[in-house]
Amino acid sequence: MIRKVRSHLSQNEGLIFEQSSPGKIGYQLPPLDVPAVDPAEALGAAQVRDGIEGFPEVSEVEVIRHFTRLSTWNYAIDLGMYPLGSCTMKYNPRINEAVARLEGLAWSHPYQPESLSQGAMEVVAHLEDALCEITGLDAITLQPAAGAHGELTGILLVRALLESQGNPRKRILVPDSAHGTNPATAGIAGYGVQNVRSNDQGMIDLEELSRLMDDDVAALMVTNPNTLGVFEENIIRATEIIHAKGGMVYMDGANLNALVGIARPGDFGIDVMHINLHKTFSTPHGGGGPGGGPVAVKKHLEPFLPVPRLKRLSDSLTWDYDVPQSIGKVRAFYGNFGVLVRALAYILAHGGPGLRNATVDAVLNANYIRHKLAPYFDLPYKRPNMHEVVFSDDRQAAKGVRTGDMAKRLIDYGFHPYTVSFPLIVHGALMIEPTETESKQELDLFIDAMISIAKEVEEETEKVTSAPHLTRTTRVDEVTAARKPIVRWKP
Amino acid sequence: MLAACGLTSADELFGQIPAEARIHGPLGLAPGISEYEIVDYFKAKSERTSNGYASFLGAGVYSHYRPVVVDTVVSRGEFLTSYTPYQSEISQGTLVTIFEFQTMICQLTGMDVANASMYDASTAVPEAAMMAVRITGRSRILVARSVHPEYREVQRTYAKNQGLPIEEFGYDAGTGQIDLADLEAKLDKQTACVIIQSPNFFGIIEDVKKAAELAHAHGALLVFTFSEAVSLGLLEPPRDADIVAGEMQSFAISPSYGGPFAGIIASKEKYIRQLPGRLVGQTLDSEGNRAFCLTLATREQHIRREKATSNICTNQALIALMGTVFMELYGKQGLRELATQNLAKAHYLGSKIKPHFSGPYFNEFVASANGKSPEAINEELLGKKIIGGLPLGKFYPELKDAALLCATEMTKRSDMDTLAEAFQQ
Repeated sequence: MIRKVRSHLSQNEGLIFEQSSPGKIGYQLPPLDVPAVDPAEALGAAQVRDGIEGFPEVSEVEVIRHFTRLSTWNYAIDLGMYPLGSCTMKYNPRINEAVARLEGLAWSHPYQPESLSQGAMEVVAHLEDALCEITGLDAITLQPAAGAHGELTGILLVRALLESQGNPRKRILVPDSAHGTNPATAGIAGYGVQNVRSNDQGMIDLEELSRLMDDDVAALMVTNPNTLGVFEENIIRATEIIHAKGGMVYMDGANLNALVGIARPGDFGIDVMHINLHKTFSTPHGGGGPGGGPVAVKKHLEPFLPVPRLKRLSDSLTWDYDVPQSIGKVRAFYGNFGVLVRALAYILAHGGPGLRNATVDAVLNANYIRHKLAPYFDLPYKRPNMHEVVFSDDRQAAKGVRTGDMAKRLIDYGFHPYTVSFPLIVHGALMIEPTETESKQELDLFIDAMISIAKEVEEETEKVTSAPHLTRTTRVDEVTAARKPIVRWKP
Repeated sequence: MLAACGLTSADELFGQIPAEARIHGPLGLAPGISEYEIVDYFKAKSERTSNGYASFLGAGVYSHYRPVVVDTVVSRGEFLTSYTPYQSEISQGTLVTIFEFQTMICQLTGMDVANASMYDASTAVPEAAMMAVRITGRSRILVARSVHPEYREVQRTYAKNQGLPIEEFGYDAGTGQIDLADLEAKLDKQTACVIIQSPNFFGIIEDVKKAAELAHAHGALLVFTFSEAVSLGLLEPPRDADIVAGEMQSFAISPSYGGPFAGIIASKEKYIRQLPGRLVGQTLDSEGNRAFCLTLATREQHIRREKATSNICTNQALIALMGTVFMELYGKQGLRELATQNLAKAHYLGSKIKPHFSGPYFNEFVASANGKSPEAINEELLGKKIIGGLPLGKFYPELKDAALLCATEMTKRSDMDTLAEAFQQ
């Protein structure tokens, strides 16, 4: 039975271009307080364009209605649980938004004098210190704009260190359970990729790792807890195998939400890692960005961090560009500062004990779901899980129903689907990450929905395979979209 | 809930972590504070910045008015707290806004296709160069020295690690435009692309057509970048370029000490399968209604892994949404009027302080004062609560006596008069 939602009216809305008509405006500019300038005269007629063809002409109320109507077609954390595994969709506190918009922070220019930037730089310094404490690492750059960007930065750091020792090496080891960004990053950083098969428990296979590790391997990229949500219990031994032959260990911090206050990567042998501020530290996902991907490192990688570094003088802060071994810049200016403000607000609100409590709740919520759903769904890997749990569609596949079908049916129950078909080492994966901000009531609604779907698979298969039924948009034809791409409106 | 999991204590949840990997004791972070205290903390930080100062800084980050409607829209939880729109049926809101963004970027730049946005221009430019390398099968990159110095630095970081040779070509000391002779001399059969910016870092408008002709004559692509998007309300778009990679910050994205911003990447239709990042396409749902979805994902990392066109897995959706709302509010008429106001303000300033270069400029220009360093002028202005222009010595030693001055629609005439006095005295 569907308990979380019932249908209501949904407003139709066309594209803005279809509402446009000449002369409508939605803006106001004050009169000029200087003499007008004729563009053709100032710039030369050839440099001046005609009106922008096709650009919309609409009023302010039309703009407001347009976006308000469109917004109601989205699912969001603000509407309920968003159990996308590996994405850490937790509640986004609004205080973060408020402080990021304070005039002095939002309107600070990156090139304004340092004497007028100390407040902004103090925010950066405070966050740097907090993240080093949380990860157990020695130094950090906040410059990378997102997780994948942080990965690239981290691998460039590894490359720079190895190069300084005379040989950048050729390959990066990536477990077959890794996120797709890991191998893509290794490729962009100029390395070959070698996949490392997981053992039958979905963990790093130490024998396989020893066999593959040689003087050509620059680094191992590892996610811990891994994409099954399981802590790599042999992580220390694995890092020793890599270190013994002069390699580095990179940790993808996507799953850091399972560790904060409990275990620190710096303490279990990690040399370098990125942190997803939009996941663990709840700066919002915003429909796919902006994020923040700070990279924390052990002492030996510090000389290579991007410029500028924030330098602490006795009575002030300064940006230091004099870092001879630095890999250079990976982004203009100092990173996604507005995202850093939000992450620091989150950390201040929780404090050390609060961050640890959040981790405990996140892991408890995932285990609660595991125990309630285990009778209904196949659990291919049985090791204890942390913040997320991965089932497979093995039982339902016997009825011809796949993980993607059940995900679509979950939409009718008022939830965003879990992560579908990932990690790749689980055939037909259902990857569920509830996060700590879901109440027991919301978790129980979700569990009931999943159990109800499992029953529908047995009794009303078609209802599941043709879902969703209650959305204003039914299943979309993605094949045609890719075959004949229409990626812009035309009159 | 613990009992339901068959556990008696929360600590058992972490039994799988070896003891030597565990933290023994609390994190060295203070206990949590209340909302009021958090506001207080950040207000104090906010006051220790440029709050209340007028500014003539541009140089890639511009002060433009942000219509109130922009934050009204992006504060809606349905946009703010959703994820990448993988599940089309419950993400049509985000998908439509991105489709409109892609369309308006095409209209603005004269390109055929645009993606859903990049981190910013400094990272979009190297992605465009990597596209050109894939398309041409060549490896050498030529960058104008008049491209934003920080974009060039990021480009160097990316190119170095891919073994792509990169070389710069100069600007004309008189006009401030690219030195076409230098460009021509450096073009060769290994050149994948030529990267230029207009208005360039000095605020000067380039002759894109000529640069494109030279690049194309040698089989290279022209990559065009811009940092001041408002200029496109007035300037001829870079139709002759092959790839455009630029910055949307001017479109209702606050300076925010350098980020988050949103970059764009757009190209000719034939290069669509080489674009990095997310793309939204139009299609139908099973009932025949128009619908939108992420498309051409086979370019991307989650499918192609190490063979992907880029490792990027997000766009800057919420920031791009700010730009989308801005473009729709200003529209065809407003963007032109806004650009014309910027032109008028900067040219008023240019009538008081002589520009260093003779080329046409949009809303910023380089200037120097006789016998006074830009640092000295700026020091003097700070006392009047004015932040002067950007001293150029750090990026261009040959221009150490000059500053880059910017005026936008927000710049007041009285502040420009004060600035001009400081230059003249």
